[in-house]
Amino acid sequence: MEHALSLFVRSIFVDNMIFASFLGMCSYLAVSKNVKTSLGLGIAVTFVLLVTVPVDYLLQTKILAEDGLFGTDLTYLSFILFIAVIAGITQLVEMVVERFSPTLYNALGIFLPLIAVNCAIMGASLFMQQRIQMDPATSSQAISSLGDTFVYALGAGIGWTLAIVALAAIREKMAYADVPKPLQGLGIIFITVGLMAMAFMCFSGLSI
Amino acid sequence: MSQLFSKDNRQILTAPLNGDNPIMIQILGICSALAVTAQLEPAIVMGLSVTVITAFSNVIISIIRKTIPNRIRIIIQLVVVAALVTVVSMVLKAFAYDVSVKLSVYVGLIITNCILMGRLEAFAMMNKPWESFLDGIGNGLGYAWILVVIGAVRELLGSGTLLGYTIIPQGAYDAGYVNNGMMTMPAMALILLGIVIGVHRAVNKDIKS
Repeated sequence: MEHALSLFVRSIFVDNMIFASFLGMCSYLAVSKNVKTSLGLGIAVTFVLLVTVPVDYLLQTKILAEDGLFGTDLTYLSFILFIAVIAGITQLVEMVVERFSPTLYNALGIFLPLIAVNCAIMGASLFMQQRIQMDPATSSQAISSLGDTFVYALGAGIGWTLAIVALAAIREKMAYADVPKPLQGLGIIFITVGLMAMAFMCFSGLSI
Repeated sequence: MSQLFSKDNRQILTAPLNGDNPIMIQILGICSALAVTAQLEPAIVMGLSVTVITAFSNVIISIIRKTIPNRIRIIIQLVVVAALVTVVSMVLKAFAYDVSVKLSVYVGLIITNCILMGRLEAFAMMNKPWESFLDGIGNGLGYAWILVVIGAVRELLGSGTLLGYTIIPQGAYDAGYVNNGMMTMPAMALILLGIVIGVHRAVNKDIKS
């Protein structure tokens, strides 16, 4: 329980997807124009993470690992399998959302299918694959059970949502600022995100 | 021979280096550009890997473009890219193990690099293999040189070295010069990229934001 809690807090603040490992930057920059849409995208990303990371964990431990279904180390197939799982599940999520909540579907529009190529999703699966090898007794980043993957995926998703909503709020205010001409548009956004990342660096000293 | 490097083809190759740069103008492939540039060496390796993968995935998709059903093209593109990335990742592990450890998950993340999908969708699906190859090389190098610039600045100011060789003389440290440890942190990568984009736009005034 203690491990799960520290894994959760770590993946939101210390190992934040955006500020510590730059994952999902493309949609982060493209969609963060207003708070409402970015919250919607954040929730969609969290949801897809919550489904894909545990599925990829089961694939990795039950099929690809050396003591898995085929008895040999098939880890080199993981890139192809993970991306196939992610693309398939995104398609599925899209169909489910369209069926049960047309309003949310219309609000998310093109961003739902684009989640398939969002590196935050693939990145979370690859980090999970690395962290399986860590020792849970010594590292609070270790992932050793299916439960841990849910905790990690939820934390990573919330961290991503937090980052995109915060940037959207800043950009809404920044529309009124007088920015030097060459920096207008993306230049100033990168510098803003850099300053936000600096603020998030203060969490890296947390011992949890 | 002269036909292979006609004016149009040279244009395909050189446009992504400056006026149509994937990072600075199209804003694609930012994730890895920021994450691997704390030192120069991984930045160079990453740039070359992306160039090779972009070029060859462009060629493969371009060859089979007429047989790909439109509805499932994304999955097919992803599988081609994932296979190439697997090959590159194994080659790196075999011949440059230290660098592949430093690059960690970001080699795998080339699959979701938007430059690749962007070029496949926008160029390889409707052009011949040779043009697609040039387009892939051009975009890969356009991506690589930004990585090299940011990697060089961060390594030089952050640890006073380039490719591991000491550049800043000991005398400078004796006189009170200090390495800027901030440069090796993620935050400065973002700010440096912002400055690079700003400088590029200030020089090329005709580019619209």
